[in-house]
Amino acid sequence: MNPAENMLPAGKGGFWIDTGKTGIASWIFSTDHKRIGLLYFWSVFGFFLVGVLLGLLIRIELMAPGRTIMGPQTYNALFTVHGVVMVFLFIIPGFQGSFGNLVMPIQIGSRDVAFPRLNLFSWWLYIAGAAIILTSLFTGGGPPDTGWTFYLPFSERTGTNVSLAVFGVFIVGFSSILTGVNFVTTIHRLRAEGMTWGRLPLFVWSLYATAWVQILATPILGITLVLIIAERLLGTGLFDPARGGDPLMYQHLFWIYSHPAVYIMILPAMGVVTEIIPVFSRKPIFGYRMIAFSSLAIAAAGSLVWGHHMFTSGMSDTAILVFSFLTFVVAIPSAIKVFNWVSTLYRGSISLEAPMLFALSFILLFSIGGLTGLILGAAATDIHVHDTHFVVGHFHYVIFGGSGFAFFGAMHYWLPKFYGRRYAEKPAILGWGLMFVGFNILYFTMMVLGMEGMPRRYYDYLPEFARLNFVSTMGSWILAVGLAILLVNLFRGLRSGEPVGNNPWGGATLEWSIPTPPPTENFAKEPVVTHGPYDFRGAGIP
Amino acid sequence: MDPNLITTNRAVDPVFMFIFGVSLLLLVGITATMVGFVVRYHRSRAPEPTSRAESSIWLEILWTALPTILVMAMFYYGWAGYLALRNVPRDALQVTATARMWSWSFTYANGRTSPRLYVPVGKPVLVNLVSGDVLHGFYLPAFRVKRDVVPGMKNNHAWFVATRAGSYDLFCSVYCGEGHSAMITTVEAIPEAAFTAWLQEEEKAGGDAGKALLEKHGCLGCHSLDGSTKVGPTFKGLFGRSVTVLTGGAERVITVDEEYLQHSILDPGADVVKGYQPVMPPFPDLSRDEVRAIVEFLKRAK
Repeated sequence: MNPAENMLPAGKGGFWIDTGKTGIASWIFSTDHKRIGLLYFWSVFGFFLVGVLLGLLIRIELMAPGRTIMGPQTYNALFTVHGVVMVFLFIIPGFQGSFGNLVMPIQIGSRDVAFPRLNLFSWWLYIAGAAIILTSLFTGGGPPDTGWTFYLPFSERTGTNVSLAVFGVFIVGFSSILTGVNFVTTIHRLRAEGMTWGRLPLFVWSLYATAWVQILATPILGITLVLIIAERLLGTGLFDPARGGDPLMYQHLFWIYSHPAVYIMILPAMGVVTEIIPVFSRKPIFGYRMIAFSSLAIAAAGSLVWGHHMFTSGMSDTAILVFSFLTFVVAIPSAIKVFNWVSTLYRGSISLEAPMLFALSFILLFSIGGLTGLILGAAATDIHVHDTHFVVGHFHYVIFGGSGFAFFGAMHYWLPKFYGRRYAEKPAILGWGLMFVGFNILYFTMMVLGMEGMPRRYYDYLPEFARLNFVSTMGSWILAVGLAILLVNLFRGLRSGEPVGNNPWGGATLEWSIPTPPPTENFAKEPVVTHGPYDFRGAGIP
Repeated sequence: MDPNLITTNRAVDPVFMFIFGVSLLLLVGITATMVGFVVRYHRSRAPEPTSRAESSIWLEILWTALPTILVMAMFYYGWAGYLALRNVPRDALQVTATARMWSWSFTYANGRTSPRLYVPVGKPVLVNLVSGDVLHGFYLPAFRVKRDVVPGMKNNHAWFVATRAGSYDLFCSVYCGEGHSAMITTVEAIPEAAFTAWLQEEEKAGGDAGKALLEKHGCLGCHSLDGSTKVGPTFKGLFGRSVTVLTGGAERVITVDEEYLQHSILDPGADVVKGYQPVMPPFPDLSRDEVRAIVEFLKRAK
């Protein structure tokens, strides 16, 4: 046996040791999609924890009216940084970078992505952008206080460090575009023999749809961010009415990217859920074609609905008519997915382990997020709840209850495959349960507050909103306790839990057919695919 | 009030009821089905799957068509309700709302201004929305009315009618900086006769001219009179106090006198009190007499 192998905790093998290289350089300069996937995972996850901490501080400040622990300027910086970190540094790069990189090449039967060095470069761009954003918090005029939307003309006038933060986001955007290009090429060119489009796992389909959104929408964000910097440094005045500009133009440009960006966040999450449900029901996914098609439909139609962020903006009524209509169109493919997931359960053999609990709670929380989205899509009702805590609650149901819960599901489903060890089941279920309860207390009360008229981004509020704000903060603490239990249990399990075999869950996709942990180039010889991704009998699984 | 008038509440609330009602049915249906399946087909009861069904064209058509019909109905009602929000009754009373960081000021046809929006009960009110600095939002939760206040935008308006007398919250809904959550005031709906009398009454009757100006220009949104710290330093005991200010980045200690106060109203960015953000807008429209009245009031603000 290789002496290096003895020094590693049992369960480590495969790509962890088979190149014979260890140490930090073997990771940060590796072109192996699995190492890059784990680099991404730990970086985005680190930022997720930062975002969680900021979110908890926001909730403590809002626990009671008036000053609780900080002043208004600190509060405004806090919700801005919470948004920027969670959106640009966690959830947009999150799925593609970590689980996309870890799993997608194996699922299509490939040794790596199409451009491994570009893949590494994407991670470096992400880290560079993140470093610039972090620098902006502690230098110049201090952390930006504009909200993650950087609306002009306010973001042009504030003395805080907006330009540098925006430049960081600009760099991260390039990372996203390059990952998109890489994934589209990989999925087109590197599928193994027999891996037809109709046998592509639905997680890969969702990554494919997402990659197109990244390629087509992100450049517009880049342009918009450069224009903010030009506005601040050169005084171009494009968006400043005092210089003859138009602030609505900025809002259009911002949302042309930032609405599709919501689909970058949610589509791969839907893909994860689509992988987990059939495996834990031991039944083929119901409506494979409709689910694959609905991913593409969401990506396409979702690119045309940005104006629903602007119903109160002063935009023309005709534009509101069109954007409201298109917004309702995009609800249809989402509904189709939900119905197909639930039908997959019918007459299956369902096992309620942690990944499945996250997938099932995803369906419920995402449905609440989607259905409250109908209130925001209808022109009359949007006017009342726009820019209130209703929107904050709705958005967190979709992105935290949806994407976030799917991300935790993916962590429990796939990380044991790459670490060779697994977590303990009971603490995972306890953590999930607390998170689920805390989540609903935290965000459902926000939606009620919004219906009662409490605007968002409010440092202070009237006494009539005090009780529900207190309840909401209690929910955030329950959620945090659940999260802590979940993570300690998972990461302890990955270090020193029980070793797992090649196929712990009984999945039929290709990643379960290779050793745990996978070797560096995944497949000893190029696989020939003879069955569909959810054909458990064809894969020889009882 | 015209009994057939579709108020903003009557236009919007039924749409809420319709969408929430349908959504609740769908959510309960989906959840019940899901929980039912999980219980019925749990591995302890169903050790093996009893179906390998992969798709059903009829089900797919059904659950594509059903949501399509539902969402199109929602779209239609949502749009119809929105049109009522935009359709201003002809006899509406006109008021101009001026939003600035971080206060509201309402100007009536006869020139009367007020930091609160006084309206007659039962009469539709058209509010023209004007901003001189950044984006703000005019939000009346009680009337389901919201509209961004966009600098430079012409003919930007909202309307509502208060059917009952009372005091209603008015919020700024678009984030506008440090004092955003303090940028709140009220709509005061009073009987028409009382409103007419209020509109005609002498603005400064009985009050102090300087204090009235502070209220009118929203100064008290950021500067308190009771010693509490808001966005800016308090006015209480300000005159004669010695404070540290930043002048062009350099610190110096000054004593607040008439000259400093006048200068700070007209050019607030010149000497900023240490510990506060340089966010106060200049007030170039104030006349020399008005500035003097304010300074006189501040001298007595103990």
